[in-house]
Amino acid sequence: MNKQAFLSALRKGLTGLPKDDIEHSIEFYSEMLDDRIEEGMSEEEAAASVGNIDDIVSQILSETSLTKLVKAKVKPNRALRIWEIILLVLGSPIWLPLLLAVIVVIFAVYIVIWSVVVCVYAVDVSLAAGGIAGFVGLFVYYAAGNIAGGLMFAGAGFTCIGLSILLFFASNQIAKGILFLSGKIIGWIKSLFIKREGVL
Amino acid sequence: MDIQLKRGLLDVCVLAAIKNEDSYGYQIIKDMKPYVEISESTLYPILRRLESAQLLTVRTAEHHGRLRKYYHITDQGLARIEAFKEDWNEIMAIYRFVVKEDEENE
Repeated sequence: MNKQAFLSALRKGLTGLPKDDIEHSIEFYSEMLDDRIEEGMSEEEAAASVGNIDDIVSQILSETSLTKLVKAKVKPNRALRIWEIILLVLGSPIWLPLLLAVIVVIFAVYIVIWSVVVCVYAVDVSLAAGGIAGFVGLFVYYAAGNIAGGLMFAGAGFTCIGLSILLFFASNQIAKGILFLSGKIIGWIKSLFIKREGVL
Repeated sequence: MDIQLKRGLLDVCVLAAIKNEDSYGYQIIKDMKPYVEISESTLYPILRRLESAQLLTVRTAEHHGRLRKYYHITDQGLARIEAFKEDWNEIMAIYRFVVKEDEENE
């Protein structure tokens, strides 16, 4: 890959970012290539040693905030024509509720996912509470002279505490997994904004 | 190495690389190389972050018929390096404690 091919591949990868950001990146990597070429590398060697374009793009994307991506996307490249503004205003009873619905649905999905985590922890806490109650039962029954009943309560208490300890580790793993998943979803939303450039 | 830790360290490394004289991207990478390997894709966001935090300024100068960006450290950037050195004393104290405890257990 020569310098030109490298830079145009990079430009393509960054499509959808604000224009200034793209130019800034292109200038930086162009200078990097030139400095290597000046040192005696061929264009191909220079492009290879600067690194993988996918890595470069994903690094830049991960440093760009989601709000910035959305803003760049929402702001049209040209001024809106009068009839487009009229259409937007007249159509607002239709698209506004739809847009709101989409946002609400996404929000709801997030809440559902997180309620799973809350549920698991709630079960865990109630098991622990059950365990403690078992021991209280032990003493109450023991005081009342019913040793067999007391032992049964103690056994149930131990079981509850055992389960709650196991479940605690499981819940941590689930929470971690979901956190990871949330990150992936944000990344996916970002990629939607990037790849859709030609369509909007 | 822990990513957050490395990120903070690299910021200071880049500042150190331009501390004594203004430098440009490729030179920064070469200067850091004996100590820490850093790629362009890592350096680029760091430079942008340091610029927006006003720890360095950028000027464009001509070099062999093309433009090159030179990075200049600001007073805030110098202060950041000093703050890092201060922090490091604390970190070394923690390190010595960790090593000592570790050896006593062996």
